[in-house]
Amino acid sequence: MDSQAIVTGHADPHEGHEEHPAYLRHHFVTVEQQRETASFGMWLFLLTEIMFFGGLFMAYLLYRNWYYDAFVASSNTLGIGLGTTNTGVLILSSFTMAMGVYSAETRNRKGLLTSLSLTICLGLVFLGIKTIEYHDKYTEHHIPGASFSVEDFVHPTDKRDVPLAPDMAQHAQLFFFLYFAMTGMHALHMIIGISILFVLLYQAYHGAYIDGHTSTIDNFGLYWHFVDIVWIFLFPLLYLISRHPLK
Amino acid sequence: MHISPVMWQFLVRWLTNSALFPPEASAISPYMDAFYFFLIAISAVGMIAVIILVFGFSIMYRKEKNPVATQIEGSTLLEATWTIIPLALFMICFVWGALLYFRIYDPPTNAMNIYVVGKQWMWKAEHPGGQHEIDSLHIPINRQVQLTMISQDVFHSFSIPAFRIKREVIPGRYSTVWFEATATGTYHLFCTQYCGTNHSAMIGEIVAMTPDDYQKWASGSTSGASLAQNGERLFASLGCNSCHSGAATARGPNLAEVYGSQLQLADGSHVTANDAFLREAILNPSTRVTAGYAPIMPTYQGQVSEEGLIDLVEYIKNLNSNYRVQQTLTASQLPVGQAGASSSGSSSPALNYRPQETLGAGHSGPAKSGRTAPGVPGTVNQ
Amino acid sequence: MSTIVSLPNQEEAQLPKLSYLNSEYGLKSWLLTADHKRIAMLYLISITFFFFIGGAFAGMIRLELLTPLPDLVASDTYNKLFTMHGIIMVFLFLVPSVPATVGNFVIPIMVGAKDLAFPKINLLSWYLYVAGACFLLYALFNGGVDTGWTFTTPLSTHYVNTHVITGAMGVFIAGFSSIFTGLNFIVTIHRMRCPGMTWFRLPLFCWSNYAASLLMVLGTPVLAITLVLVMLERAVGIGVFDPTKGGDPLLFQHLFWFYSHPAVYIMILPGMGVISEVISTFSRKRVFGYTAVAFSSVAIAVFGFFVWAHHMFIMGVSNYSALVFSLLTMLVAVPSAIKIFNWAATLYKGSITFETPMLYAFGFMGLFTIGGLTGVFLGSLGMDIHLTETYFIVAHFHFVMVGGMLMAYLSGVHFWWPKMTGRMYPESMSQLAAVTTFIGFILTFFPQFIVGYLGMPRRYHAYPPEFQVLNVLSTAGATVLGIGYLLPMLYMPWSLKYGKIAGSNPWQATGLEWQIQSPPLTENFVDIPIMDHEAYDYDWLAHKTEHEVTTVG
Repeated sequence: MDSQAIVTGHADPHEGHEEHPAYLRHHFVTVEQQRETASFGMWLFLLTEIMFFGGLFMAYLLYRNWYYDAFVASSNTLGIGLGTTNTGVLILSSFTMAMGVYSAETRNRKGLLTSLSLTICLGLVFLGIKTIEYHDKYTEHHIPGASFSVEDFVHPTDKRDVPLAPDMAQHAQLFFFLYFAMTGMHALHMIIGISILFVLLYQAYHGAYIDGHTSTIDNFGLYWHFVDIVWIFLFPLLYLISRHPLK
Repeated sequence: MHISPVMWQFLVRWLTNSALFPPEASAISPYMDAFYFFLIAISAVGMIAVIILVFGFSIMYRKEKNPVATQIEGSTLLEATWTIIPLALFMICFVWGALLYFRIYDPPTNAMNIYVVGKQWMWKAEHPGGQHEIDSLHIPINRQVQLTMISQDVFHSFSIPAFRIKREVIPGRYSTVWFEATATGTYHLFCTQYCGTNHSAMIGEIVAMTPDDYQKWASGSTSGASLAQNGERLFASLGCNSCHSGAATARGPNLAEVYGSQLQLADGSHVTANDAFLREAILNPSTRVTAGYAPIMPTYQGQVSEEGLIDLVEYIKNLNSNYRVQQTLTASQLPVGQAGASSSGSSSPALNYRPQETLGAGHSGPAKSGRTAPGVPGTVNQ
Repeated sequence: MSTIVSLPNQEEAQLPKLSYLNSEYGLKSWLLTADHKRIAMLYLISITFFFFIGGAFAGMIRLELLTPLPDLVASDTYNKLFTMHGIIMVFLFLVPSVPATVGNFVIPIMVGAKDLAFPKINLLSWYLYVAGACFLLYALFNGGVDTGWTFTTPLSTHYVNTHVITGAMGVFIAGFSSIFTGLNFIVTIHRMRCPGMTWFRLPLFCWSNYAASLLMVLGTPVLAITLVLVMLERAVGIGVFDPTKGGDPLLFQHLFWFYSHPAVYIMILPGMGVISEVISTFSRKRVFGYTAVAFSSVAIAVFGFFVWAHHMFIMGVSNYSALVFSLLTMLVAVPSAIKIFNWAATLYKGSITFETPMLYAFGFMGLFTIGGLTGVFLGSLGMDIHLTETYFIVAHFHFVMVGGMLMAYLSGVHFWWPKMTGRMYPESMSQLAAVTTFIGFILTFFPQFIVGYLGMPRRYHAYPPEFQVLNVLSTAGATVLGIGYLLPMLYMPWSLKYGKIAGSNPWQATGLEWQIQSPPLTENFVDIPIMDHEAYDYDWLAHKTEHEVTTVG
């Protein structure tokens, strides 16, 4: 330890170092440490994201309990076809992302590029379908706020739907608020993910991630899977409340 | 209390006169103060212990006196000691505090009820006899008084330091607190939950009077109609009686004697029809549909103010519920001869009853025979 | 008074030729740095700046409260003053205080690493802090926010017309700063310890910051989403928290306090870590009951998550849930008591000197004990009914936050100042400041306990005249306190140029940070050290000093 007591620095930071890969950051001792640290960091970050979404789930829990009928009716107005398709799309994108990780680990540049591109496409498809769904809500006057109309709930067109009393129908706004807040927050995370994917794609095109340093792709994969899992919770909670058999 | 009453009075009076203590003006105040003294005592002990240790050791083991420190790893025994003793003391505080809390927040069954509506930035108190006050509250001493409170806008908090009570006044739901004043006088009323610009102006006076003085005040300040009578008018003007007519084929359940009874709702659950239930049933009827009835009642959200809701609740409370009527009338001492007001006649002492036991569970059948036109409060149903 | 300070010969002493301060020059090298030490310095400057803004508001509040009438400022202005005072002090000062300045600087060195796990994210944390602060400054310059730092709905969503969204956005962004700092610390302490540095050889400062980081990482996101809901409700008008539209105002309270209670432990735990270090160093003794103190820190963090509704005892939670929360509150008080006793026991048979950090530490022990004990008053259900929402609460949290945390922060800044700058601050001046602060603090806040029991509500602009005497005492104390805080602002910058050269270990402390030069090199260590002794091993230090050759290069 004496050598640590008072020291001046070395002129050249690389003098006296063993050989190490270029991607080893200088505050890490080994590549192992760097990789494990990055992974730990990402898991911890995902934990914070769970807490973040947790607040919304808490609000959902409360209001579904208070206004169950309104929640049922509102949930039934969401397009089950589009929702299910989206769920499939996202799960597929998690698969392509996992393939991307595998490609990176097996140093398969082409596979990596293909997987990343597919993931981007599927992500964009998801967002596209979401846009259609949001637009549908807009045209149906289900967006909470000034333009909200209780008509569909007080006088439902589908005979299987139970008409709601006007005050309960007003509470449908709470459902839609939570719908937009939760899927919107999810979509925001998707957009951030897709943006990062573009960056990763660009880097991969120029040869990154297939030299043994797959940390970035691994950890981004974790993030992408997390976003997928959030959707897997959102889908039944929002779309499948006491659903009629296939509409 | 272990201190003799004389010592106690001396201590409290001295503290009050030196402006360190609010006056002890309610039945619970001495208990609160006793607990406070206990907490101060254990805090003082703890503080002194820490001060003695820190000062003592600093002096005894300052560098001049003790140039070489002795490395000590620890002592499980000591750790256990100073874990268990504080824990035990804190548990005493917990139990004592819990008992006090339940005492203050569990209302007695036969308290005199006064409604309070808080709004930015004033307090409105409404006695069932129809007396309305703004930023003040007149109450008799030696009588249990329950406040049923609600806010019209944001969170407020109703605080009477001299009585050592306080409760949040919440928008959208009733909250209650009760007290029994023991000393006449005028005491501070504060709003203690920040509520906007004039939060510090939302103050008032609690005037505790002898029962006789209170009688005089009550008869002198009534607006002429009790809350229940106001409620009757509102009931009619809002058209409530078109569905809640009391007839067997009516679209809405009969409201006579419904207050305090157990109801079965359309979703199968059972609830007690108390103030909160009635208020919710008026504002969010589709969440409170009685079993056997269709969810067709429109909401009155936005059409009735909180005072209006209180009037309606009072009205329904008194709808052929003899015992309740007797109590409120006895409490607020309506002037004799007021139409429909004191027809209960004898001011019987406050009864220790349970409404649902008296009326029978699930009582929501058609009107009893011999009942007068709906809504005249205080009519004896015999 | 004898002293432990051991400085190099001032005639010949010089600062080291190369350190993190002069390894690179230019504004860009500071603003784009990845060096945890430089980032700590950036934080130090920012939070000091905001401390004085928040303090100025406190001064205005106390000036207004000299008289019972609302005669100094308008009511709306007063409401903005206490709101901005609270928001700035909590989010822009107390939460980042020790972790982001001292913690950032010292933790990597303490664990034997060359930097935190994610240096660039550390820089991002600072930029997020600055961004959040800018939003708050914008709100401030455009009239301020007047909802109280607690953003209570429906007041904040529907009843005020101040810049609530901007203010909430500022807090939201600053919250992410906190989350990333906490994340960095946790990963660093888990993964970057040098060989031989087991968990139980870590300095207790690391344990405390680790516990606080757990809270930061798990609690702050809930605040974030709560503020998002408030902002949305305000912007769009949906009644998530508005009862007239079917919402529940109590939902906000639960969500808000779910973070804000752990927040107070986020604020105090790092301070407690400082106290462990300081008491050990200035008694020349290992901390008594290391394991107990370490586990107490984690216990406070864990229990801290389960007591939030003790801020809501009178707000309509059921009696039975109040019972549960009160019980848990009593349990969370115990680890703090354990720590105080352990620190006191550390003094036993020590060899004690009274340099400034130690004075602040003593101040902490006394004032935090009072603050903590009054917390028991408030955690007792029945007592809380009378005391809640009065000045008793104000006094309680100022005792723990200012008498506790701020004193611990000043203790830490003074303690590590020689390490961070290479220079000593002037001892007599700083001791004067410490004593002034202590006296001023008690005079300011003790009367508030009394006026709180009397019933004076908090956030009151005007009050009944019978409370005036106590308020005047409080304001008088605030003046003294202000002087106590201003003094360091004068002598600390002075010391940068004129302070004595400190050398690597002026306090003769154990801990890896004291075994390297002051100020440290950018990479802290030339080679990663190997930890071969326990924490607070003064025997090892004595043995080492015998053989050390002190060179200044």
